[in-house]
Amino acid sequence: MPSVPVRRCTVSTNVSEESSRGMSTAPHKIGVVAPSGRAIGRQGSGPAVEVVGLAKRYPKAPVDSLAGVSFEVAQGEVFGFLGPNGAGKSTTIGILTTRILPTRGRAIVAGVDVVADPVGARRVLGVVPQQNNLDRSLSVRQNLLFHASYHGVPRAERTRLADALLDQFGLADRPDGRPDDFSGGQIQRMMIARALMHAPAVLFLDEPSTGLDPAARLFLWEKVAELQEAGTTVVITTHDMDEAATLSDRVAIIDHGTLLALDTPAALVRGMASERTLDCAVDPGPTTDAEALGAAIGALPGVRETERLDDPTTGAWRLRIYVEGEAAGFVAPVAQAISASGGTLTDARLGEPNLEDVFIHLTGRALR
Amino acid sequence: MTVANVDPLPIALRELPQWGPWRTGLAILRRDLFVTGREFPIFLAQVILQPLFLLFVFGKVLTELGYARPGYQLVLFPGLVALAAVLTGLQSTALPLVIEFSYSNEIEDRLLAPLPVAGVAVEKVVFAAMRAFVAAAVMFPIGVWILGSIPWRGSAGLAVFAMVILGSLLGAAMGLILGTYVPPNRINVTFALVLTPLMFTGCSQYPWPSLSHLRWFQVASALNPMTYVSEGLRGLMVPHVPHIQTWLCFLVAVVYLVVLMVVGMIGFNRRALG
Repeated sequence: MPSVPVRRCTVSTNVSEESSRGMSTAPHKIGVVAPSGRAIGRQGSGPAVEVVGLAKRYPKAPVDSLAGVSFEVAQGEVFGFLGPNGAGKSTTIGILTTRILPTRGRAIVAGVDVVADPVGARRVLGVVPQQNNLDRSLSVRQNLLFHASYHGVPRAERTRLADALLDQFGLADRPDGRPDDFSGGQIQRMMIARALMHAPAVLFLDEPSTGLDPAARLFLWEKVAELQEAGTTVVITTHDMDEAATLSDRVAIIDHGTLLALDTPAALVRGMASERTLDCAVDPGPTTDAEALGAAIGALPGVRETERLDDPTTGAWRLRIYVEGEAAGFVAPVAQAISASGGTLTDARLGEPNLEDVFIHLTGRALR
Repeated sequence: MTVANVDPLPIALRELPQWGPWRTGLAILRRDLFVTGREFPIFLAQVILQPLFLLFVFGKVLTELGYARPGYQLVLFPGLVALAAVLTGLQSTALPLVIEFSYSNEIEDRLLAPLPVAGVAVEKVVFAAMRAFVAAAVMFPIGVWILGSIPWRGSAGLAVFAMVILGSLLGAAMGLILGTYVPPNRINVTFALVLTPLMFTGCSQYPWPSLSHLRWFQVASALNPMTYVSEGLRGLMVPHVPHIQTWLCFLVAVVYLVVLMVVGMIGFNRRALG
């Protein structure tokens, strides 16, 4: 395997202790009407979510699962958390939604400190978990109604809201069905509708499109966009590049419990604008030495980095070469280097960098 | 879509008058009652069957065949009421907790409701105790039906009521411990290893003092919280049968309840909060 230089950068966010203290006492203000015609939380001028030096080490774990993360989510923003499994996304969401106690640091959701006042925080946040946790003993409609009753939504209002949300999420034709009789996409919608029943100021979606078919995924994306339009802050975790790029106003890239980058998807990609990529598929010969080949390509003038992203299923070699200037001009010298190593270049693609490249750059590995 | 930048304050942020965590707890209890109420006949069949057969075989068949002395049903009946209360309480917390914490994750929606985590555990115990109380209460008409008559003293009615509630809570608290400490893949084994000894060391079929010539078993039985429920009810319903003093039964049962609840709460918190 060619040695791959990895650039790791830690992006400092603009959260200071002073500003965060001021934020936590910010008064709540008005809401806007959600797609359902319902008021959805939107508190005053402070950020919707504020996290300072948040860390978590699980008992008996040798290292922190979350190693001091700081960021802010603005009101009405769709904020994406991008990272591989085990990066710390779910731990962060778990802490923000009061289900996991942090080892240190502060987390504030809609002006409420989630550690000091978990009960208050649960009033202002909504959660759509990764796995189906609907009440299987209740019908779809009853799931929504009982959820609202837990949150103290008055009876008349919760009935009206449930009907509106069922309609909005395309569930109105089978309100009395049991969750077990529905598809994964429908269950996802039910869980979002349920989370909206108490008009949360911030909605957390944990890997919402995992296991959804493309149509269900598009429906989900539409709904998230609508929620944002209505002023709900949405925090979403994903390991899907397209999802992060499409939905999020800003993306935080997280790996090994550390925030590696935080910016708009466009800005993250723009940071690599001077680079083009050349993806090569290589059929290695019996004498091909991966390390030597990587070094040979790396030594070509204009090549910045070489990454090996082999397909584990086929075992084929795949090299991603980051170059300065037009990538097309590198095809010939790279092919030459490959044949000099005894291998054959079987495919070459020229590419503009995308969010995945940003991620690979930051973490040194492919996400999927 | 209409997006109007007007108030009112969203409900989540609005001061809801008189809405406290206890009302959330009650709403959760209402959900449990709603679900059980819908399946009440199934629930009854579930809780009645075992004590019904015990009562029939031990109280009726064995006595009529002459294997048990006449009057044995008087000793047996209070013990079976205790058994129904404790075991139903235990099963009504342990099994749902195991399922809700692992396979269905159903408990999450309640843990995300605006009440302290301990409130969810208390609701589970209260609801399980309600089921257990119903199970114990239906033993009385069943006893009359199968045995012809049951030992009953009107003057002890209130104390019997209190002891049945205590037994129901004790069982529910034991279930809280089982449901939160035992990993889901072990629950079958644990049930077998816990339920059988619990059933047969709880003095439901014989008075505790009569075990004096089987000392080790008497000591083992004294460790079982159910023993104090059985003996307490026996003392109240058939005072002429030798029994552990009733005040002592109440005291030990209350102490056990406090200890089991504390241990169970710790387990629940551990499962509920990462």
